Amino acid sequence: MYLMQFLVLAAFLFCVGVYGVLARKNAVLVLMSIELILNSVNINLVALGVYRGFDQAVVGQVFALFVIAVAAAEVGVGLAVVLLIYRNRASIDLSEVDLMKG
Amino acid sequence: MGVSALRMVTAKNVVHAALYLVLVLAGVAGIFILLAAEFLAIVQILVYIGAIVVLFLFGIMLTRAPIGRAPDLDNDQRGVAAVVALFLFGVLGSILYDGFGDDKLPVGEVVRSGDVGDSIFSTFVIPFEAISVLLLAALVGAVVIARRD
Repeated sequence: MYLMQFLVLAAFLFCVGVYGVLARKNAVLVLMSIELILNSVNINLVALGVYRGFDQAVVGQVFALFVIAVAAAEVGVGLAVVLLIYRNRASIDLSEVDLMKG
Repeated sequence: MGVSALRMVTAKNVVHAALYLVLVLAGVAGIFILLAAEFLAIVQILVYIGAIVVLFLFGIMLTRAPIGRAPDLDNDQRGVAAVVALFLFGVLGSILYDGFGDDKLPVGEVVRSGDVGDSIFSTFVIPFEAISVLLLAALVGAVVIARRD
């Protein structure tokens, strides 16, 4: 198997996630796109770990596990924030959340 | 999998986007199996598909009462966003091709789940503890933020 296959797939997922973050207006959809980005990073970590040999493969998998844990925490807090925005403004349209706009 | 990712960011229905996200995450679990990371694949299915997607569905149902097609999910930066994403993909692809060309993955010793566990609880025990504190803090923080007072 070529290393490039995995890296290009990860790059593709990353770019799709970036598109989602930039183009979506619904806050939940933006959070889902962030999950895509984190997953592409996980693929990169595991694939490059395998590429570097046994020891680095273990390290890559451990790092990917940590990323998954942080992603879970991030989704929990993110959805709590989204719920709070929805409760205060009755909408989760991110283009209306401009309190900090200069 | 790539198609589901694209459908996810272009779907007109929020619930469909979440279901396409399930497909993408399952695909990533398959990639982990291809890379001989079976523990990670199972964690991916349990944590992402089992927990995070359910959390997303809860979020969707708590914030969008009328479930169905909604025409206003994208803002007016779609064109710019597509250009940025394509440009990024081009740059990343060319850099990766320069760096790794046609290197092959070595077929050597396979990482077993036990090796991952050994590594977590020996080399990475302090980050592991930090992660557990982080998860606790995030849990408490989410409860505090979302509490109705």
